[in-house]
Amino acid sequence: MHKVYHRIEQIAGNVIVVSAGGIIYGELAQVETGFSTSLAQVIRLEGNRVYLQVFAGGRGVSTDSKVRFLGRAMQIPFSENLLGRIFTGSGVPRDNGPVLSGNEISIGGPSVNPAKRIIPRNMVRTGIPMIDVFNTLVESQKLPIFSVAGEPYNELLARIALQAEVDIIILGGMGLKHDDYLYFRDYLEENGALSRSILYVHTAADPTVECTLVPDIALATAEQFALQDNRVLVLLTDMTNFADAMKEVAITMEQIPSNRGYPGDLYSQLASRYEKAVDFEGSGSITILAVTTMPGDDVTHPVPDNTGYITEGQFYLKNGRIEPFGSLSRLKQQVNGKTRDDHRIIMDTMIQLYASYRETLEKQSMGFRMSGWDEKLLKYGVRFENEMMALSVNIPLEEALDRGWKILADCFEPQETGIASKFTDKFWPDKA
Amino acid sequence: MNLGKIVGVNGNLLTVEFEKPIIQNEVGFAKLGEIQLKSEVIRIRSRHAELQVFEDTGGLKVGDQVEFTGSLLSVELGPGLLTQVFDGLQNPLPALAEECGFFLQRGKYIKPLPREAKWKFTPTVNEGDTVVAGDAVGQVPEGVFNHRIMVPFHLPGRMTVKSVEPEGEFTVEDTVAVVADGKGREYEVKLMQVWPVKIPIKCYAERLRPTEPLATSQRIVDTFFPVARGGTYCVPGPFGAGKTVLQQITSRHADVDIVIIAACGERAGEVVETLREFPELTDPKTGRSLMERTLIICNTSSMPVAAREASVYTAVTIAEYYRQMGLSILLLADSTSRWAQALREMSGRLEEIPGEEAFPAYLESVIAAFYERGGVVRLNDGSIGSVTIGGNVSPAGGNFEEPVTQGTLKVVGAFHGLSRARSDARRYPAIDPLESWSKYKSIVDEDELAIARRFLHDGNEVGQMMKVVGEEGTSIDDFLVYLKAEYLDSVYLQQNAFNDVDAATPVDRQKHVFGFIVRLLNTQLKFENKDDARSFFQKLTQATRDWNQMAFDSDEFKKQEEQLNHQIAEVTDYA
Ligand SMILES: Nc1ncnc2c1ncn2[C@@H]1O[C@H](COP(=O)(O)OP(=O)(O)OP(=O)(O)O)[C@@H](O)[C@H]1O
Ligand SMILES: [Mg+2]
Repeated sequence: MHKVYHRIEQIAGNVIVVSAGGIIYGELAQVETGFSTSLAQVIRLEGNRVYLQVFAGGRGVSTDSKVRFLGRAMQIPFSENLLGRIFTGSGVPRDNGPVLSGNEISIGGPSVNPAKRIIPRNMVRTGIPMIDVFNTLVESQKLPIFSVAGEPYNELLARIALQAEVDIIILGGMGLKHDDYLYFRDYLEENGALSRSILYVHTAADPTVECTLVPDIALATAEQFALQDNRVLVLLTDMTNFADAMKEVAITMEQIPSNRGYPGDLYSQLASRYEKAVDFEGSGSITILAVTTMPGDDVTHPVPDNTGYITEGQFYLKNGRIEPFGSLSRLKQQVNGKTRDDHRIIMDTMIQLYASYRETLEKQSMGFRMSGWDEKLLKYGVRFENEMMALSVNIPLEEALDRGWKILADCFEPQETGIASKFTDKFWPDKA
Repeated sequence: MNLGKIVGVNGNLLTVEFEKPIIQNEVGFAKLGEIQLKSEVIRIRSRHAELQVFEDTGGLKVGDQVEFTGSLLSVELGPGLLTQVFDGLQNPLPALAEECGFFLQRGKYIKPLPREAKWKFTPTVNEGDTVVAGDAVGQVPEGVFNHRIMVPFHLPGRMTVKSVEPEGEFTVEDTVAVVADGKGREYEVKLMQVWPVKIPIKCYAERLRPTEPLATSQRIVDTFFPVARGGTYCVPGPFGAGKTVLQQITSRHADVDIVIIAACGERAGEVVETLREFPELTDPKTGRSLMERTLIICNTSSMPVAAREASVYTAVTIAEYYRQMGLSILLLADSTSRWAQALREMSGRLEEIPGEEAFPAYLESVIAAFYERGGVVRLNDGSIGSVTIGGNVSPAGGNFEEPVTQGTLKVVGAFHGLSRARSDARRYPAIDPLESWSKYKSIVDEDELAIARRFLHDGNEVGQMMKVVGEEGTSIDDFLVYLKAEYLDSVYLQQNAFNDVDAATPVDRQKHVFGFIVRLLNTQLKFENKDDARSFFQKLTQATRDWNQMAFDSDEFKKQEEQLNHQIAEVTDYA
C-alpha cells in the first residue's frame, strides 16, 4: 500500500511538509525532485502534517512534487558481498559494482545490554610507539583523534587500519574531500586491504542529510559482521562534519540551539554512535577510531568537548605527531600489564622525563641558566621526539621498549631516571 | 480502560488526545502492535496531553492508542533490591539479558523484585498495636541487613494491627499483616510496596542537621573537604579529570551501610567494571562481598534519554526506602549533567521558553529538589537513617560557570572541583585544593587544618611568583614554604588509587599522618642553600610515599615513621 501525495505544503531547508494520513513515524518516502528521486524520512507527525527530511536536500523540490511513502524505516542490505565495495552516505553504490539487495537490516538499532558487556582485554597493535607503548589501543575501544585542520589525520587513520590486526575495516567518511576519499580507496587497494574493507563515503559535495546517515550505516554493518565473529575496525572521519550536519538540520527544524548553534542533544547523538563499540562475549567486536577536527585547536569547542565526555580517551595530533600530553587511552591499564614486564616502567618514566624536558625548554626560553641536568634533558627530549614520537617510526611494541631503554641509557645514569633498581638491574642496557 | 489517541509524534514526545480525566506524571502505554511503550504524562493542555516515551518511538502512527494507567511512575520496594542492576525504570538488566540476549528490546519490562523468592519473616508487632505509615510490622534478613517490612508509606494517620502472620516464609506479594484505620477500613501489608519516584518518602519523626562526618577514605576529602552523613556534595570536572574513578573508589570504601550507584547517561563500559569486580571484592566492614551492599541503576548514554531522567529518581527513592530502616545510604550519581541534558531535550520539544544554554528555566529548582531528598532523619522508633548524595557534574568545556554546575553549587554542602591542571600533572585525585570547599566538619582539628590550608595558599603564591622571577629571585624562607606545600600536596592530598594500602586511608590513620605533617609544617628548618632544601624534600617525599603504602601500625610502619622523624630532626633549626 504505497500512498502517493502531490501537495507539498512547506519547503524549508531539507525539510518538507505534506498532508497525509496513516503515516508511520520514522518511515521512508521517495520524493521526486526536478532532477532525480531522493529518499526522505518522516521526522515529525503533527495531526495530518507529516514532516520529511529529504536526503538529497530540499533544492529542486516543487510544491507539486510526488511523494511516495514506502511503509518501512531505513534499511540496508547486508551480506559478505559488501566487502570490497564503496557506497554513498545513503548506501547507493559509488563504485561500478551492482546494486545489492536482500537480507535488509535496520540502522540505528537498540543498544547492547550493559549486563552483557565484558571488560576489554586485547591490545590492538599498531606499530606506532606513541600508541602501543604510551596509550595502548584496546579491542572494543572508542577513541577519536583530536586534530587541528591540516594535520595528517586521515593518513594516520589509514595506517592504523592497515596495521591493526582486525578482520574487517569499515570506513565511514563524512564531508570528505574527494581527494581524501580517493586516497583511502587507493591506499587500501595498493596494500591489498580493500577486499576486507567497506567504504561508506559522503563527500563534501554530497547532500548534508546523507552525512548524518553515515555513522549509523557503517555501525549497523559493523554490528552484523561482529556478531559473525569478526573483529571489526570502524573508522569515522570527520565526526565534526557529522555534528555540523546535525546542527544544520536542527536549525532548519527551528530547534533551540544550546552551545554555539549545536543542538541540545549533541551529546546523546554522539554517544549513541560511539557506544556501538563493543566486545561480544563469545563472538566478534567493534573498535571505533574516529577523527574529530578541532576548530581553532580549541578542545572546549562543543564537538571535541562532548566527544571527550563520551569516548575512552583521545589521541591528540599536533605538529604531525601524537602529543603525549592531552592524549590518553583510558583502557590502556587493562592490557599494558600483560605485555612485557617493563612496559609500564618505560611508559611512566619516559613521559615524566619528557615533561621535565618541556619545563627545561621553557626555562631555556626565559633565559634561565642551564644546569648539567638540564643539558641531559635537552639531549633526551630531542631523541625522544625523533625516535619515538615521529609518525614515521614504525616498529613493534617490543622493539619500541628496547629502543626506550637505549635512549635512556644514552642520556642518563640509571638512578637518575627514578626507576627502581631491581628493574634497572634487569633491563638497563650495557653501554657499548 | 482509559484510552487516548495519538495526534502527534516528535522524537520521543507524543501528543495524545484524551477523553476521561488523566493525572500529571501518570504512566501511559503507547500501543505499537503487540508491544507497549512506557511513557509519562509531562504536560496537559486542554484535551491534549504530552507524553515523554521511555523508548524509541519509530513505528507509531497518528491514531494509535495510548492506555493511561492512572498511576504515577513508580518503583517496587521490598527485599531483593540489593545486589541488583536495574535500568532507569527499574528493569533488572541481567534478567533482560537472559531473555533478549545481547541487545535491549523496547517494550520489554520485567518485574524488579523476584516473585518466587521466599523470605523468612519475623513479626515485630502484635495484634492490637498502634502503628503509623513507615513503622515496621516485622523484618526479613536481606544479606547482612534486617530488612524492615513497613506499613505502606501512603497510609494516613494511626492504624491498628488487625492481624499479623507468625514467623514463616513468604514471597514479596504475600500479605504478612493487616492494619485498619480509625474508620475500620483495612489495608494489607505485604513484603513489598510501590511508591512514586518523584515524591519523597517522609515517614520519619524529624529531619536533623548533618553533623557527623562520613569517611570516604580519601584524605583530601575527609580532612580538607569533608562530607557529612546525610549531606550533599558535588564533583564537577572536565572530561578525563577523574570524576568516575573517584566515585568508584568512594563506592568501595565509604563508611556507609549501602551504596547506590546511579550511572546516568555515561559509558556502559564503566558500569561493567563495577559489575564484574564488586562480587569479587570483600567489604572490610562485613567481610562479605562488596556487591551485597551495592545496588546499581544503570541508564547509560545510548539508552533511552527519558529513562535517564527517571533513573536518578528511581535511585533516590530506593535510597529513601532503606533510610526508613535506620541505615546509612550513599547515593552516587554519574553524571547529573546528563540528567539535566535530558530535561533540556524534553523542554526543547515542548517548545518552552529556554533559559541559559537552552536549559529550562526550572532547572535550578529541579536540581535543588533532588538534592533536598538527601538528609539525616530520626525515625519514629528513634533510630537514625541517612541518605548522602554525591553527584558528578560534567560542565560543558570544563567551565564551572554554566547552569548545571552553578545550580548545583547553590544547594550542596561540599564542592570538590576537579581541575584539568591537576589531572594533567597526574595529581590524583585531582580535587583543586584552592577552589574546593565544604561546609561540613573535618575529621581533624580545625586549627591544624587552618595551618595546612595557609601553607597550601602561600605555597601556591610563591610558586606563581617563582615562575616570573625564577628560583634565584626567591628567598629561602619563601622557597621553604613552597617546598612544604608541595610536600603536603604530594604525600597527603595525592593518593594512589592503585596501591592496595594507599587507596583507602581510614580516619585513625588520617589523623595520625596529618598530625605528623602539621608538626613538620610548624618546624623551623635550616638549609645551606636551596639545592640542599630541595633534595631533602625529594627524599622526604619519597620516604613518606613509601610510608603511605605500609599497613597502619605495622612494625614496618612504625620504623618508617621513626626514620622520617630522624630525617627531619637532622635539619631542624633549634635556634
Ligand atoms: N585517582 C586516579 N589515579 C590514577 N589515574 C586516574 C585517577 N583518576 C583518574 N585517572 C585517570 O584518568 C582517566 C579518566 O578518569 P575518569 O574516567 O574518572 O574521568 P572522568 O572525569 O569521569 O571523565 P568523563 O567526564 O569523561 O567521564 C582514567 O582512565 C585514569 O587513566
Ligand atoms: Mg566519568
